Amino acid sequence: MEPHEQGLFDRAMLPHLDAAYNLARWLTRDEHAAEDVVQEAFYRAARYFYSFRGGDGRAWLLGVVRRTSFDWLAKQKAHAAAAFNEDLHDRGDESSNPEFLAIRKCDQASVREALNLLPTQLREVIVLRELEGLSYREIADVTEVPLGTVMSRLSRGREQLQRQLTVSSQEGEAV
Amino acid sequence: MTCLEVQALLQSYSDGELDLVRHVEMEEHLKGCDKCAEQEKRLQSLRSAVTSSSQYYHAPTSLRRRIQFARPRTLPIRRRPLLRWAAMAAGVLFLIGSSALFGMLLSRISNSTEDRLAEAVVANHVRSLQVGHLTDVVSSDRHTVKPWFKGKLDFSPQVPDLSAQGYTLAGGRLDYLTDRPVAALAYQRRLHTINLFVWPAFNDEEKAMRNLSRQGYHLRSWQQAGMTYWAISDLNEKELDEFARIFQEHSVE
Repeated sequence: MEPHEQGLFDRAMLPHLDAAYNLARWLTRDEHAAEDVVQEAFYRAARYFYSFRGGDGRAWLLGVVRRTSFDWLAKQKAHAAAAFNEDLHDRGDESSNPEFLAIRKCDQASVREALNLLPTQLREVIVLRELEGLSYREIADVTEVPLGTVMSRLSRGREQLQRQLTVSSQEGEAV
Repeated sequence: MTCLEVQALLQSYSDGELDLVRHVEMEEHLKGCDKCAEQEKRLQSLRSAVTSSSQYYHAPTSLRRRIQFARPRTLPIRRRPLLRWAAMAAGVLFLIGSSALFGMLLSRISNSTEDRLAEAVVANHVRSLQVGHLTDVVSSDRHTVKPWFKGKLDFSPQVPDLSAQGYTLAGGRLDYLTDRPVAALAYQRRLHTINLFVWPAFNDEEKAMRNLSRQGYHLRSWQQAGMTYWAISDLNEKELDEFARIFQEHSVE
């Protein structure tokens, strides 16, 4: 990379290092792997920087981080998404089951566990939306799926999260 | 709005993804309906459970260093005899730089009109998808869509049938751009929607295709036979180029 290009790259990408690490950390669920993935992602991003057309550097970088994370997951043979069957996990939307209990347990550990239990495809949209604050459109770009799929995954992710947090709070009370 | 409609949009509402009109309609409904308001509250409490329990992982300092220092230092160190040359070079660079800056400012002024137009095109495209108001006249038949614009616009847009090429006409609607009503044609490619905005150009110049990208959407604009065209989609660039090319070929009658 030319110094001039390097400067452009740094200005466009370095501010999003936290976002990159956060996504890698949630996708790999492994702190060391997340560091390796981010480093590899920055390397790839630098190589393919010519294909970046300006605009939102964060969404572009997150796309690279996501692909690098999935490559790592595939290597680990722990690719949760591979075993994930959309039909099996689709238990209707929230509106068909209005008797949801309110979430009572929202301490850091329970929420983290509930998030980690989500299938990768649902976890990533929740992380991008709730922690990174991306719009539906940006999530669709990062995850390379249509808008409608983003919306249904968000909905299913939230539903499962809600169920998980309600269940763990009931268990908590039973003890 | 009925409860069923509200519940279908509840998530988009809570995520701030609805247009203003829908958003206000939702607010009104939630004020008066306990059942829907309760569901909205549940979504909110789930969000605050996730966001308030500090689930964000910040990059460790060691990683930041690793990434910043994993670069070759490219600038050579200059020695003293070179200083004079460096000063002269700096002077020349300053002249080049300032004239470049002047040029940039000039082009910025002419670009800003295009930029504003591009932003307006993106906004119209997004709105057409969000509020489910993609088409005023729903038809894949060009002989239905083309006459529909008659009497609504002071021009008659070309509406070619491109279904054989894989771009199905979904319909047309009236939209508003550059302070005037324009024709919007909606074409579908698989799950992707292409909005094509058409209005009479200021002059008869033919303008070659321009490529732009905004907020993840790709845009193509061109001027042909006295008409200005702006196409926008989340489709990949290759297919959008193909669409623009085929449209140009087929809109010559």
